[in-house]
Amino acid sequence: MNKILSKPESLKDNPLSYCPGCGHGIIHRLIAEAVDELGIREKTIAVAPVGCAVFAYDYFNFDTTEAPHGRPPAVATGIKRTNPDKIVFTYQGDGDLAAIGTAETIHCANRGENITVIFVNNANYGMTGGQMAPTTLIGQVTETTPFGRDPLREGYPVKVSELLANLEGTKYIERVTVFDAPHVIQAKKAIKKAFQNQVEGNGYSFIEVISHCPVDWGKTPLEAVKWVEEVFLKTFPLGVIKDTTK
Amino acid sequence: MAKITVNNNRCKGCGLCINACPKKCISFSDEINKIGYHYAVLKNEKDCIGCGFCYQMCPDVCIEVFR
Repeated sequence: MNKILSKPESLKDNPLSYCPGCGHGIIHRLIAEAVDELGIREKTIAVAPVGCAVFAYDYFNFDTTEAPHGRPPAVATGIKRTNPDKIVFTYQGDGDLAAIGTAETIHCANRGENITVIFVNNANYGMTGGQMAPTTLIGQVTETTPFGRDPLREGYPVKVSELLANLEGTKYIERVTVFDAPHVIQAKKAIKKAFQNQVEGNGYSFIEVISHCPVDWGKTPLEAVKWVEEVFLKTFPLGVIKDTTK
Repeated sequence: MAKITVNNNRCKGCGLCINACPKKCISFSDEINKIGYHYAVLKNEKDCIGCGFCYQMCPDVCIEVFR
């Protein structure tokens, strides 16, 4: 018997600090596999966000820096412009990218920087204990919306992918999810394509990954993946939202 | 012939691999590991087809698949 699947080289041996069943670990692995398969590990630079993924530099086995509070697109812009031969990507959650970093995100996309953005959308602020995020669903109960999100009071979920698709600077935007194995394989294809785009100099690629956050949703991991399938994806439908690279 | 191995001390016992297994050949261990979880184990090796669905769903990247 041969080993056909195992931890990719671009992930370190350090145990992940995420809660049991968290989608972050799956997404980390997909990025690491994509980087390995494209053979770009020695020239990849990641920019980690604030939030649960703040310790990404402990997990990725390539150069990783940290730009808290929504600023990864700005830092990634600087790194990419001064080192155009490097492959630069940001890894951001919904609190980081869609709330505190909205300005950086939109202007970076509008400038069409040749970077890759991995946006992990789990509909709440995970690290701080499950407060409402801009992407929280209508009616979803969080720490700060104990009676469910009411659009009259808290507004509507922000659909960042659709928002960015309107900008001429963006080249490739796809929404994927990791709630079951076939969708994980599809997510890997999208992430790999987003990196391939950057290698080919196509411009700004944005992958929104719908992820699960069992502990902060107050669910077991199995209930959480089921909730993604039955509820979450109704508000955030999957698919390629924009692709001008064809 | 196929099998999986689970890194016992990395597994957090979330059960996503058990849920993903089409042959239902993974289950929780009776004992707990160093970090206090009932980890995943391959109970019926003869049923394993090496599809890798458990590997795809493992958030802690602690499964290796052999085929």
